[in-house]
Amino acid sequence: MYSASDLRKGLKVQIDGEPYIIIEFEFSKPGKGQALYRTKMRNMITGNQFTQTYRSNDKFEKPDLEERTMQFLYSQDNEYHFMDTTSYEQIFLTREQLGDNVNFLVDNMEVQVLFFDNRPIDISLPIFVNLEVTRADPWVKGDTSGTDTKPVTVETGYRLQVPPFVNQGDRIQIDTRTGEYITRVKE
Amino acid sequence: MLPPRRLQQRSRLLQAVRSFFLSRQYLEVDTPLLLPELIPESRIIPYRCEERFLQTSPELCMKILLARGYPRLFQICHCFRRGETGRYHRSEFTMLEWYHAGWGYAELMAEAEELLQALASEKGFTALDRRGILQRHGHRISLQPPWERLTVDEAFRRHAGIPARAALADDRFDELLVTRVEPRLGWQHPVFLCDYPVEQGSLARCKEEDPQSVERFELYIAGMELANGFSELTDAGEQEDRFSGEIRAIRAAGRPAAMPRRFLDALDAMPETAGIALGFDRLLMLLSGADRIADVLAMDPESW
Repeated sequence: MYSASDLRKGLKVQIDGEPYIIIEFEFSKPGKGQALYRTKMRNMITGNQFTQTYRSNDKFEKPDLEERTMQFLYSQDNEYHFMDTTSYEQIFLTREQLGDNVNFLVDNMEVQVLFFDNRPIDISLPIFVNLEVTRADPWVKGDTSGTDTKPVTVETGYRLQVPPFVNQGDRIQIDTRTGEYITRVKE
Repeated sequence: MLPPRRLQQRSRLLQAVRSFFLSRQYLEVDTPLLLPELIPESRIIPYRCEERFLQTSPELCMKILLARGYPRLFQICHCFRRGETGRYHRSEFTMLEWYHAGWGYAELMAEAEELLQALASEKGFTALDRRGILQRHGHRISLQPPWERLTVDEAFRRHAGIPARAALADDRFDELLVTRVEPRLGWQHPVFLCDYPVEQGSLARCKEEDPQSVERFELYIAGMELANGFSELTDAGEQEDRFSGEIRAIRAAGRPAAMPRRFLDALDAMPETAGIALGFDRLLMLLSGADRIADVLAMDPESW
């Protein structure tokens, strides 16, 4: 069981017998008031979404998901194809099912595919992935945002903020839970 | 020229706040963080540290000092509250708290206006323009006093479509406050929400003309709760009654709680006072244009 204080973006819970993933999460608490956990949930089978505010004493079941190691093969149109590396069975998931995970998928990457009632419904990525920077703008001095970062694009098309010393062609490590830059890697 | 980075703005804010209060004959104090007793507040969970607690606010110690005859006090200190991590929350955060003997909450609201106006004329905060107008999420927020005073009941009727008392009876007060009321407050000028139901202010004095309300206010800027102030309750007997309810709620939740005797003993000697606690990190978020509290801290162990 999870309690409300375990809730965070990306966590999967079971509600009324169906698996849901938290796609937006915000902790709120008036200074003298109670803790409130504001969520937007997506049903991992139907894709339906709803928003709900939970309180500290709310409890959640863990969904009964089976994980299988599979390799990402290719994407075509809206379908992302994966292969079981032992049985060679192939399945696909849609872009909607994968959500932000598509930002970090490169060919041949091994991921965990999650099955609910023998149906593939989502994947679970490694926490850290290394991706190549395919486009980096020069850092604009005098940037007034008060931060020391610049935007780059990686090989999947995903854009993120990185320190100014990162150049095109570098490989960088990204935390797939937050989508944030971790470090530059040498390979 | 590159604008000052956030840590430089933090240092500047610390100094500006200090000069504001020192120039007004406030005494800066630094009271203990590790305490054998806390003010019982059922909604705030302290960290236990062996047989003592880390303070959840400096209120207990500062009121004991007021009772000992120090009439104007301020403190900038760290406070610790378990389970509070979010865009606007950290389990360890910095509080600016000040007390002025002889005042009620009306005078303190006016002084909070003067503090923010003084900060608006400081140089070096990224989110202030040349005329001291605060820029936030595309809005221009003038800090020029006087700011609106809106009663809690009026705010609930206006933004949640229900009287505050009815929200409380429905057990939806906090939820409606957070989802319906707060997001609409303070986008042109800061706003004071004032006069809370007595259940929502266990350390505040009741209003003479309406004993079901207390003289408590909260300051909102750009939808964010920034400060909380009261005309302080100085009647030790009434304070003990109110604490009893809080202690029952804490014990019902399975946590230990005890009546803070040293605090209650001091309270009878405390003069009429108004006090306010302001989230220092949140103030810096506003002044430096940060979206997340994590971005204004020297470092953020809660994301390590």
